[in-house]
Amino acid sequence: MGKHTPLYDMHRRAGAKLTDFAGWDMPIHYGSQIEEHRQVRTNAGMFDVSHMLGIELTGPDVLPYLSHLLANDVARLTQAGKALYSCLLDEDGGVIDDLIVYFFSALHYRIVVNAGTAAKDLAWIERQAADFDIAITPRHDLAMIAVQGPQARERVWQAYPGTRAVSESLKPFFAAFDGDWLIARTGYTGEDGFELAVPASQAADVWAQLLAAGVAPCGLGCRDTLRLEAGMNLYGQDMDESVTPLESGLAWTVALSGERDFIGKAALLKQAPRRQLIGLMLLERGVLRSHQKVHTAHGDGEITSGSFSPTLEQGIALARLPAAVAAGDVVEVDIRGKEHPARVVKPPFVRNGKILVSI
Amino acid sequence: MNVPANLKYAKSHEWARLEADGTVTVGITDHAQEALGDIVFVEPPEIGRKLTSGAECAVVESVKAASDIYAPVSGEVVAANQAAVDSPESVNQDAYGVWLFKVKPADSAKCAAELATLLDAAAYAEVAKNE
Repeated sequence: MGKHTPLYDMHRRAGAKLTDFAGWDMPIHYGSQIEEHRQVRTNAGMFDVSHMLGIELTGPDVLPYLSHLLANDVARLTQAGKALYSCLLDEDGGVIDDLIVYFFSALHYRIVVNAGTAAKDLAWIERQAADFDIAITPRHDLAMIAVQGPQARERVWQAYPGTRAVSESLKPFFAAFDGDWLIARTGYTGEDGFELAVPASQAADVWAQLLAAGVAPCGLGCRDTLRLEAGMNLYGQDMDESVTPLESGLAWTVALSGERDFIGKAALLKQAPRRQLIGLMLLERGVLRSHQKVHTAHGDGEITSGSFSPTLEQGIALARLPAAVAAGDVVEVDIRGKEHPARVVKPPFVRNGKILVSI
Repeated sequence: MNVPANLKYAKSHEWARLEADGTVTVGITDHAQEALGDIVFVEPPEIGRKLTSGAECAVVESVKAASDIYAPVSGEVVAANQAAVDSPESVNQDAYGVWLFKVKPADSAKCAAELATLLDAAAYAEVAKNE
């Protein structure tokens, strides 16, 4: 038996099909993954993401500490509640994890890290903290619910009218506290919405209230197809310690210029990336899958995340290909020993309900 | 669990039905479609291909995973269901109605022997339950 989030009983009651995810028993779907996917693209769905870990970072040295720790530059965060996506790198520039950092004050930040890497991350960030006056507090007492979709915010306000005051003016990638809740306008689906971090003891009630407001429970299955359509990387699949963010479509998250030194910077500056992470659209009927080989005019590559896009009704993928391959090229994907043509495209495939790529 | 009594079943979750004309119709079971989830791609064997019982011959893919389909009997493929190819989700809706392909056995005695090695509904239900 795996670990259970505070919402486990709610999932069982709703007839969720459960699967092991990084040691947690998590819902993969509640009936149809494709219906849940469409629900998020067109209306509102919610995900239990309580398996992810929030970590509070506090103390006088927290800014210099995070400036040393993270590839993105937290000094960019000047408004309370602003969030930033960043990689956590090792000395070789390999990706230990990707995370969101929320800025609350010069003395207080929160990071949210992946479930599968939480223990490794904690050990790493504690080791790096030796020379800094900071406190690191994992928040195992929090539950997290991502409410996503064009109607997501309205549904949250319908269920909890009191939250409207602090959250209505939030721009994307901003968060605000409402009592002991953190309401963040962030997500992993390519749609608008909120991520709610609430005390674990309230989680089941919040889930039930959102359900009553018409938010569809959604599993990790559609979370994966939604994030893939949105061109968002999945840690452990699209990147890990063996690759750098520059080879993972994440150059935009690495603040390389300027004086600031951070872990991994020297390694990233040493050589130009020879590979890139880019999108593929299958030109025939079918489904792309991770680890399928890709043959290009500039050498071979491999699909890191592949699936069937419910929005495009076509096989799509993220693939790590030689750097010389360009969007618009046609490459060949080896599917069960046969070559199938695919078009190279720049992700995202879909954002805010709209298709952004074409064959 | 929906396991019609008039069909024969492979442990690998195909169903087979001997037709009056001696051909055998093949599909995947309701348990299989349920386990796969939303089916988005069906690739039946090419017409004319000679199949050997127990060998891989087709693919059904859901959003989640690709699943190989094994020939329950030997013979030549004489039909592939274009409706399943065009609307893969119809296999989810009606796994026993939306067949995948039809096989014409070269030797009806051998075919009868192969069908006899398959499971009946009760035995298959037991296999599916224990997965």
